[in-house]
Amino acid sequence: MAGDAIPRDAAASGPVEAGARVGGPEAARRKGPVARMLDSDLWYSFSRSPLTVASALVALVLIGGAVLAPVLAPHNPFDLATLNLMDAFNPPAFMAGGDPAFLLGTDDQGRDMLSTIMYGARISLFVGFCAVLFAMTLGVAIGLVAGYAGGATDAVLMRIADIKLTFPAILVALLVDGLVRAAMPRELHDRIALWVVIFAIGISNWVQYARTVRGSTLVEKSKEYVMAARVIGLSNLRIMARHVLPNVMGPVLVIATLNLGFAILAEATLSFLGVGVPPTQPSLGTLIRIGNDFLFSGEWWITVFPGITLALMVLSVNLLGDWLRDALNPKLR
Amino acid sequence: MFAFIVSRLLQALPVMFTVSLISFAMFAYVGDPVAIMLGQDYTEAQREALVRDLGLDQPFFVQFWEYLQFWEYLKNAVRGEFGLSYRLARPVSDLILERMPATLELSLSAAFLALAIGVPMGVYTGLYRESWLSRLFLTISLIGVSLPTFLIGILLILVFAVWLGVLPSFGRGETVMVGGWWSTGFLTASGLKALILPSITLGLFQMTLIMRLVRSEMLEVLRTDYIKFARARGLTNRAIHFGHALKNTLVPVITITGLQLGAIIAFAIVTETVFQWPGMGLLFIQAVANADIPIMAAYLIMIALLFVIINLVVDLLYYLVDPRLRGSLTGSAR
Repeated sequence: MAGDAIPRDAAASGPVEAGARVGGPEAARRKGPVARMLDSDLWYSFSRSPLTVASALVALVLIGGAVLAPVLAPHNPFDLATLNLMDAFNPPAFMAGGDPAFLLGTDDQGRDMLSTIMYGARISLFVGFCAVLFAMTLGVAIGLVAGYAGGATDAVLMRIADIKLTFPAILVALLVDGLVRAAMPRELHDRIALWVVIFAIGISNWVQYARTVRGSTLVEKSKEYVMAARVIGLSNLRIMARHVLPNVMGPVLVIATLNLGFAILAEATLSFLGVGVPPTQPSLGTLIRIGNDFLFSGEWWITVFPGITLALMVLSVNLLGDWLRDALNPKLR
Repeated sequence: MFAFIVSRLLQALPVMFTVSLISFAMFAYVGDPVAIMLGQDYTEAQREALVRDLGLDQPFFVQFWEYLQFWEYLKNAVRGEFGLSYRLARPVSDLILERMPATLELSLSAAFLALAIGVPMGVYTGLYRESWLSRLFLTISLIGVSLPTFLIGILLILVFAVWLGVLPSFGRGETVMVGGWWSTGFLTASGLKALILPSITLGLFQMTLIMRLVRSEMLEVLRTDYIKFARARGLTNRAIHFGHALKNTLVPVITITGLQLGAIIAFAIVTETVFQWPGMGLLFIQAVANADIPIMAAYLIMIALLFVIINLVVDLLYYLVDPRLRGSLTGSAR
């Protein structure tokens, strides 16, 4: 586990930290934002854990490669004019018969695997981020309302959450996706398939946020500042959004980081099953599914390289999430 | 004990009711069966004939009628009647019954594998924390958690079916009919061989989960006073480790295994797709891809029922494993 590699008491007792703290909060405030970040407990625990630094680097390289794919990718896999079927099924450059122009080989249509993977990772990450954002918004809103309103609203919302928890998330995502697919004409569905996947994954994953936020809202709601806000006559909506919300967001961000890995995996699984993003916008999962067809004819690189990318992406994001959870947990300091 | 079972059953009712409501809503309002059954080429006359055959031209008025429809649907569902599949034009209940043995055999083998390997690995890594084998197990488990199920399946196929050519990569092998309707792959050599790769694929994640759980529980239990006392009494290591320590780690292991059995059945969809395993999951994923609502609705109810039963069995198992719970349960039931 990432947690084992983190010196849990280091932030409090490390000699470097003690030296940096001499200036006190006044000194810290005078420094620039970068210096303040380098001075923080969080940065200290980060820099002391080689595993976390390594996974942050891997994540940074993958995200950078994905975001900058149009600039960095050696080929454009979606530009039909540059594709040449004569290039199809080239093995990776380091194998016998490989073409140095295609570092990781080519697929059945002569597309460069490295470029396809970069564009695919772009879509995987986009869906993952959006799905987490959607699940977080939905879950936080439901949790806030349930915790703040209490009574029957709370009971109904939490019952729904319980029922949702009876089913594994991936099954719910599949069902939602299937329902939307059935309810919509095919042409319309193909156009908005990306958003359907985001919706399906988000819907399948809001309960954890809702429960956490509801719990902390119950605690916050009885505090004096909420009472004060009520006394000066603010509306409930305003109290929830401006006063309670900022105080319950801490754990939510940790859950969001931990769930990013899940969202990316869920998207890949849906796409692998052929019900996720459309083949015109292949994500890593789609690439693995396409490559799966060529496994038996020996072209293993079409499926293995996107697979490794996906695994590295999920592993690094998960390790970062684990670290963040432990680093922000005051009990472990 | 009886009161406990009854209260659990009562808690399960709203879940089943909600699920059947959703499933009915899907059935009644989503999708256009006419468009799906007709396909691409049809004449207007064909379309009208099909609408008449399906009874869709009947006016269905008032909310009350739909309410009655729902009860009709529920009654049919309880009898196991879910209508015809849009795509295969066969009764959904037949299709699901036909596919169920394959999925259950796969899921149970995977769960067995996860327990039979995960628990000993967990005990070992808990007892010998510093040995290199423990570190190896933990590293493997980290990879097992991060690799998606379908990727594990593909890699296993690549190594054992394509490169080494020792195990089959798809299907169930030869099956034998038992009792007229249960087709089993347990009784033939090819059936057992076909089971190996899919059950490893499906069980690997659960195995790593169980291993980590047993390990952390063992570490916790080994620190307690009664273990120290057992050592002071001069009991053998074997008696302490298995008779005292392991036994006390079992409650969380049973919970997680029970809940994970649900996850196994859900992830069987993925494994069945990778290995073209003719089970319920493959049926369901084909239904999702083709908007075959009756199959989706029926699968939803089946899975909900299965999960409710699993949760109930897990609760009852607690009761058997942990004597402390018996007192508190009868107390709360009163």
